[in-house]
Amino acid sequence: MYRIFQTLLIALCLFTAIPGGLRAEEGLRDLVNALGEAKLSNMDEHIAALAKTGDAKVVPVLEALGEGMLYARKADNQVFLTKESGSNLTLTDPVTGESAGEAPKAAFSKIKVNNGVRRAVRTALGSLTLLSPDRNQRLKAAQSVLQSPNADALGAIENALAAEKDAEVRALLERARATTLLISDRPVDEKKEAVQVLKQSGGREALSILSTALNSADETLRPDIEAALAGIEQTQALWAAGQNVWYGLSLGSVLLLAAIGLAITFGVMGIINMAHGEMVMLGAYTTFMVQEILRNSFPGLFDWSLAIALPLAFLVTGAVGMAMERGVIRFLYGRPLETLLATWGISLILQQSVRSIFGPTNREVGNPSWMSGAFELGGLTITWNRLWIILFALAVFAALLFLLKKTPMGLQMRAVTQNRRMASSMGIRTPWVDALTFALGSGIAGMAGVALSQIDNVSPNLGQGYIIDSFMVVVFGGVGNLWGTLVGAFSLGILNKFLEPYAGAVLGKILVLVLIILFIQKRPRGLFALKGRAVEA
Amino acid sequence: MTYRARVTGAFLAAVLSTTAFNGAFAADDTIKVGILHSLSGTMAISETTLKDAMLMLIDEQNKKGGLLGKKLEAVVVDPASDWPLFAEKARELVSVDKVSAVFGCWTSVSRKSVLPVFEELNSILFYPVQYEGEESQRNVFYTGAAPNQQAIPAVDYLMENEEVERWVLAGTDYVYPRTTNKILEAYLIAKGVKPEDIMINYTPFGHSDWQTIVSDIKKFGSAGKKTAVVSTINGDANVPFYKELGNQGIKAEDIPVVAFSVGEEELAGLDTGPLVGHLAAWNYFQSVDNPANAEFIKTWKAYTKNDKRVTNDPMEAHYIGFNMWLKAVEKAGTTDTDAVLDAMIGVSVPNLSGGYSTMMPNHHITKPVLIGEIQGDGQFETVWETPGLVVGDEWSDYLPDSKDLISDWRAPMSCGNFNVATGKCGGKGS
Repeated sequence: MYRIFQTLLIALCLFTAIPGGLRAEEGLRDLVNALGEAKLSNMDEHIAALAKTGDAKVVPVLEALGEGMLYARKADNQVFLTKESGSNLTLTDPVTGESAGEAPKAAFSKIKVNNGVRRAVRTALGSLTLLSPDRNQRLKAAQSVLQSPNADALGAIENALAAEKDAEVRALLERARATTLLISDRPVDEKKEAVQVLKQSGGREALSILSTALNSADETLRPDIEAALAGIEQTQALWAAGQNVWYGLSLGSVLLLAAIGLAITFGVMGIINMAHGEMVMLGAYTTFMVQEILRNSFPGLFDWSLAIALPLAFLVTGAVGMAMERGVIRFLYGRPLETLLATWGISLILQQSVRSIFGPTNREVGNPSWMSGAFELGGLTITWNRLWIILFALAVFAALLFLLKKTPMGLQMRAVTQNRRMASSMGIRTPWVDALTFALGSGIAGMAGVALSQIDNVSPNLGQGYIIDSFMVVVFGGVGNLWGTLVGAFSLGILNKFLEPYAGAVLGKILVLVLIILFIQKRPRGLFALKGRAVEA
Repeated sequence: MTYRARVTGAFLAAVLSTTAFNGAFAADDTIKVGILHSLSGTMAISETTLKDAMLMLIDEQNKKGGLLGKKLEAVVVDPASDWPLFAEKARELVSVDKVSAVFGCWTSVSRKSVLPVFEELNSILFYPVQYEGEESQRNVFYTGAAPNQQAIPAVDYLMENEEVERWVLAGTDYVYPRTTNKILEAYLIAKGVKPEDIMINYTPFGHSDWQTIVSDIKKFGSAGKKTAVVSTINGDANVPFYKELGNQGIKAEDIPVVAFSVGEEELAGLDTGPLVGHLAAWNYFQSVDNPANAEFIKTWKAYTKNDKRVTNDPMEAHYIGFNMWLKAVEKAGTTDTDAVLDAMIGVSVPNLSGGYSTMMPNHHITKPVLIGEIQGDGQFETVWETPGLVVGDEWSDYLPDSKDLISDWRAPMSCGNFNVATGKCGGKGS
């Protein structure tokens, strides 16, 4: 788009007024080259000078500057837009927009940017691209003038507002205008209106803008701003409770994911499986492997990486679980203490082997684009990755419930755990059902690992952080009851998140533990205790 | 197996030699260097790299002909992130393996656990990690940053360049963040920041659910004053913290986060795209552009046979410490602890940020302080550095009960906590 626009402009210059055009071009080149010699401290002046030209060619230059892709040639201080290609840089002339070949990186020095420079770039770009024909560009521009208001840009914003048709951009521009108006020297009446506009838009952003304005407001405006602030704060306080519930649900879903596999191996089968956390870790490492392969061979499929990793993680951890059951645990049924020690040993072995194979440092697992960022729902900020994890946790829970209650395999599992000898005499091969059940629990832990890799470190220690929480949830919810695990996970999550703002994260966690201990004293079998003969078995 | 055999062998040799020759026999053909870093457990994530770095440095030195005409021999033990085990392994290194110096520890609690051992057996420890200060020990050389070589300059930078007026001090709940934040709070208040403009928050080790805290930071930051977060969050909890920051859309241009425990190694597990512009304060960055550093990075990549391995600040601290020790041993002409302790003070060696670091009488070193911004490729770009070198200040000037203390291990003072107000040795920490 720009390229066309630029070439048109250049052509126009060439045809109409060659000397004048050239002069302007040279002036621009000097301004751009000056960036190469600027210090971080006076960079904003250079950026402002560039923005003042109003020239559309400035836009790509500033964009490149903000992204750190602007380099100066060491030999003659000539500044270029660049793209990295190996140890070379592909150069583009900033003024003509033409390619200037490739050159080794060592001959160039990068023009340094810091947050201050990025802010200046954002401001400059905002006012330059407000009238861009591209809607997304305008949206971005409106956002940046809103985020870094500049009184000089007020005229430009009003012009843009008059020409704007898109509703979303308009709304943003209205707010940007109000924000900018507050710091300009317009009459108080207009400012009062601006305060009202901001009050209506609400949210934390408006809160921040208005409190900034309050610091510099004069006496006539003060009461207006204070009233608006009070109004917004009131609605914010209401939303804050909702936000806490959301955070609680989200934490609960993580707990549920971590615990649901354990609800099978510990809850249903009664095996104290200390290596449960390591199954979660193996699932996360499977995700890492899948992403690594996709990144190197099929970069286009990256957004599908989690979907591919899910069944693989299930199979890998399920197989490890099966091997554990067949190789170790089946010899230890009925001896819980020894099972505990043996599985703990296995967990150490698994951790250290992962450490030897993948190294002790964190591995990078990327978020697919549909799991990045957040959206606003009323006054709630909802991050996509948390939303997907909640949905995923519920889906896993539903699938597991279906498997246990509606399929022959589930029937056999329940039969074996309720009365092993009777099930055996009915022709069920109990050892295999045990193995499969354990594999199922482990496989689900692996799937949880895929989800948790999105929010946590992928390191050999990943599992350790979840093992205590998992046991806590299963015991609290009631051993052997899936619904108990669900309710237990969500209530612990919400309880934790309501305690955290008052007690702090450290004390909050301790309080939850104390409450659980007290609860277990009162109801040793958890929230939903199994009743009847199953308890005795 | 071979490791065990070697330990047993060394043990036998030590027993034989103590009976026959009064000590130094085992060290006749080689000079032994102990490496005390966790290779398993939670801290393995950070410490394994340092073990590799030490092995590389020793290897390189042997290629140059060793020390005092003898080869250096590394003795590696694994204290497994278990604090009491650190003391046991340190004792084993010194009294069984007869090492001449030990390079090791990461967490402050592991250092505190080995201190009495080094004191009792009179050996030398080089500690390479930035720490909270408030300590100076005769047998320990602190090659990492003291608070005034990292935390205070970082806060100064934010005040001057970003005009920050509101501060969130977020840390993991243990001794380093608590002490550092205490110093920072006192410093900020001394600089005229109002107490209500400081928010302090602690989280447990390995905290992974940052939603509430990040949203609190956002709320705290919307009071109309420029806000910054000073993070002493421990390594492991950083990845979920930064992920949450990115997802909730906190940009460095609006609320910058400056971290003291996040280096190249920690960023390796992260997509740094959304984090560009957040800051870290260290005394070294891999991106520092000078020939010594380029050489070091090249050797490191070749040694680990991995082109993607990164270098970091504690590695540089070991580089400095190891070279200082070599120089001091050469100066003293022996590896005898007392002689080396004396020779160490005043030793000056090149660091990797393009200058010289000197061992001061308080057993801390001089270092430049660099502030870097995170880049999209997981590296840092230096945006500010101190004009000269900063001397490590072991007793903070901003804490009331340690501002009168100084440390000077030269004779005749030879004291780690000399109180200038009372004129006596032995204040806090004695």
